[in-house]
Amino acid sequence: MTGDGAAADRTAGRSDRAGAAAIEIRRVRKVFGSGQERAVVALDDVSLTIRDNEFFTLLGPSGCGKTTLLRLIAGFEQPTAGEILLFGSHLEHLPPHRRPVNTVFQQYALFPHMTVAENIGFGLMMQGRPKREIDETVRRMLALVRMDDLAGRRTDQLSGGQQQRVALARALAPHPKVLLLDEPLSALDLKLRKEMQIELKRLQHETGITFIFVTHDQEEALTMSDRIAVMSDGAILQVGTPREIYDHPARRFVADFIGEINILPAELLETREASGGASARVRLSSGQVRLARLPDGPVAAGRVNVAVRPEHAGLQPAGEGAALTGTLSNVVYFGTGTHYHLELDGPGGEGGRFVVELQNRLGAGADHAIGARLGILLTDGSLQVLCD
Amino acid sequence: MAAETASVPATSAPAETERLRLAKAAIRRGKLRTRWLLLSPALLTIVLVGLLPLSIILVYSFLEPGTYGGVRWVFSTDAYVQFLFERDLFEDTLTFNPAYLEIFWRSVELALLSTVGSLLIGFPTAYFIATRPPSRRNLWLFLITLPFWTNLLIRTFAMMLILRDEGVINIILMKLGLIDQPLVLIYTDGAVFLGLVYSYLPFMVLPIYAALEKLDFRLVEAAYDLYATRGKVLRHVILPVAKPGLVAGCILVFVPGLGAYITPELLGGGKSLMIGNMIAIQFGNSRNWPFGSAASLILMAIVLVALLVYVRYAGRRRGHG
Ligand SMILES: Nc1ncnc2c1ncn2[C@@H]1O[C@H](COP(=O)(O)OP(=O)(O)OP(=O)(O)O)[C@@H](O)[C@H]1O
Ligand SMILES: [Mg+2]
Repeated sequence: MTGDGAAADRTAGRSDRAGAAAIEIRRVRKVFGSGQERAVVALDDVSLTIRDNEFFTLLGPSGCGKTTLLRLIAGFEQPTAGEILLFGSHLEHLPPHRRPVNTVFQQYALFPHMTVAENIGFGLMMQGRPKREIDETVRRMLALVRMDDLAGRRTDQLSGGQQQRVALARALAPHPKVLLLDEPLSALDLKLRKEMQIELKRLQHETGITFIFVTHDQEEALTMSDRIAVMSDGAILQVGTPREIYDHPARRFVADFIGEINILPAELLETREASGGASARVRLSSGQVRLARLPDGPVAAGRVNVAVRPEHAGLQPAGEGAALTGTLSNVVYFGTGTHYHLELDGPGGEGGRFVVELQNRLGAGADHAIGARLGILLTDGSLQVLCD
Repeated sequence: MAAETASVPATSAPAETERLRLAKAAIRRGKLRTRWLLLSPALLTIVLVGLLPLSIILVYSFLEPGTYGGVRWVFSTDAYVQFLFERDLFEDTLTFNPAYLEIFWRSVELALLSTVGSLLIGFPTAYFIATRPPSRRNLWLFLITLPFWTNLLIRTFAMMLILRDEGVINIILMKLGLIDQPLVLIYTDGAVFLGLVYSYLPFMVLPIYAALEKLDFRLVEAAYDLYATRGKVLRHVILPVAKPGLVAGCILVFVPGLGAYITPELLGGGKSLMIGNMIAIQFGNSRNWPFGSAASLILMAIVLVALLVYVRYAGRRRGHG
């Protein structure tokens, strides 16, 4: 019942500020240190719009600038250039304690000299709210993160998952407009992590707060996010829904970073606009021509790279107009499916490797022997042209 | 009885268990021996430089003074009586005399003041050092401990050169034309206070630094993030976390400050007597060793009681948390 109410509230809230930008990052640059040798460019000309009510994820490898971006939003660092807007108003000169933005820190940073309840009430106490209200909110938060019976514990007597939940409740209690989460699940074991992923989604849904979530775990990003920004080396490479990012990566880095993918050289023949997005005819190294989807960014004419997910490809007998042909070098069974590794035929005998993933069906045995010559089945639209 | 009879069948496995028991006992004895052996240097030191002199002082305080110093081996509680009362030589009556109490009180006051003074200077200093980049901290710590490379006596003489009538401060002020007459700086309680703060400041800075260095500055960021202003961060996060260091620093300044001898002797000019000087006089000019011993023990008792009260209080607070 309460869940329904919260959902209704949220819908109402959403229609009020429909499509409103919670955070706008405009051409932000952040350089640490000075001098030519010691300067580190942590963020380079980053622009990003995060919508209200969104579960937004920053995904990228270690050192790509995710934490730096969060710290700029929270106010712990000042941008070297560019501007950050929160619901349309400039944030530059507001210190952290005056921004309606709270952070769940990577190492939680719970206050060791306070109890769980005192930790959760800290933000409200600092805002000078009346004690009755603080007690009431703390009780609600404890219920929300399912920690009611541990209110009086000291935080150093909690397990990792419990600490994580306290950190979450502490950041949620003052009801910020935006919640920043810096790899909050990275310290947890797999099972707890899965549980907390679901819990985080539930919390975001129930509170209607905009979440900016940082992770370097692509699976986590795909399962939790409304939209994902993939970062590398201080730049944002692609922003999109999990499906867009996974099915239609625009860059080689994005394609490689998320899931497994085959990258093939090809020749761009002609492009055409269609309602479902621009597509192009490409000629593969085998001479076969297929229809491939074009990315949003600019694409070089002539030689390009195209990407194919293993599960979007199939196997067929060699010849018969197969997109590519190769020799089966390895078969890897992993329960729900099987990976077939092929050495592709190429002009110089070296055509690279290609992986095909097939779903396993009950009763079907292994049907291909290692060393067999096979054709690869690529249907129109399973290929994605990359910008680089 | 019932338990004993019941246990007989259980331990009936004969020689084997007995031998095992003996072997275990032997091992235990061996372990005990090594433990005492390892402890012996520490124990010896404690007895030789701690308990033994203390016992001598305790015994002396219950004896009568010798005419030319030393003691006469006659039991007497006069030393303790003398602390509070004055014995009239002719009528043999006791009248209350707060003179020594006043000296004690002034010493406590001065020691407390200098503790507060070094706390006010020491905390920001320690905070400053703890927030420098790690590579720089050692340099700052080195600078803080630098005065310790010279003797306390010499450092105090240096203070005299600064404070005396023709000292640095007075010369500068007179040159600037701010005063005509030199200010009376030296041989005042203020001078003793300054001297004590100066001498014991590192004892305040170092433990606070040790506590702050362990402070996770992400906690400070977390507090800022949760709407705390600078002052509130200090009050609700930094001070509570640094508390063990603050307490250690205060004890380390207060205790030696209370018994200080050189500083009040040189900077107080004998006018503002502190306990330390008073005790020294008893063993020197006054040739009243029992009274000196009694005063030392009373001083020790005061410090012990203060510490015990604190430990009780702190322990209870922690227990509640
Ligand atoms: N205070 C700083 N001084 C100098 N360089 C810094 C500072 N903070 C971050 N950097 C540098 O900026 C770059 C981005 O760092 P950042 O912490 O944002 O990475 P990240 O994406 O959060 O990585 P991780 O996944 O490991 O947390 C790194 O090269 C890092 O060394
Ligand atoms: Mg990080």
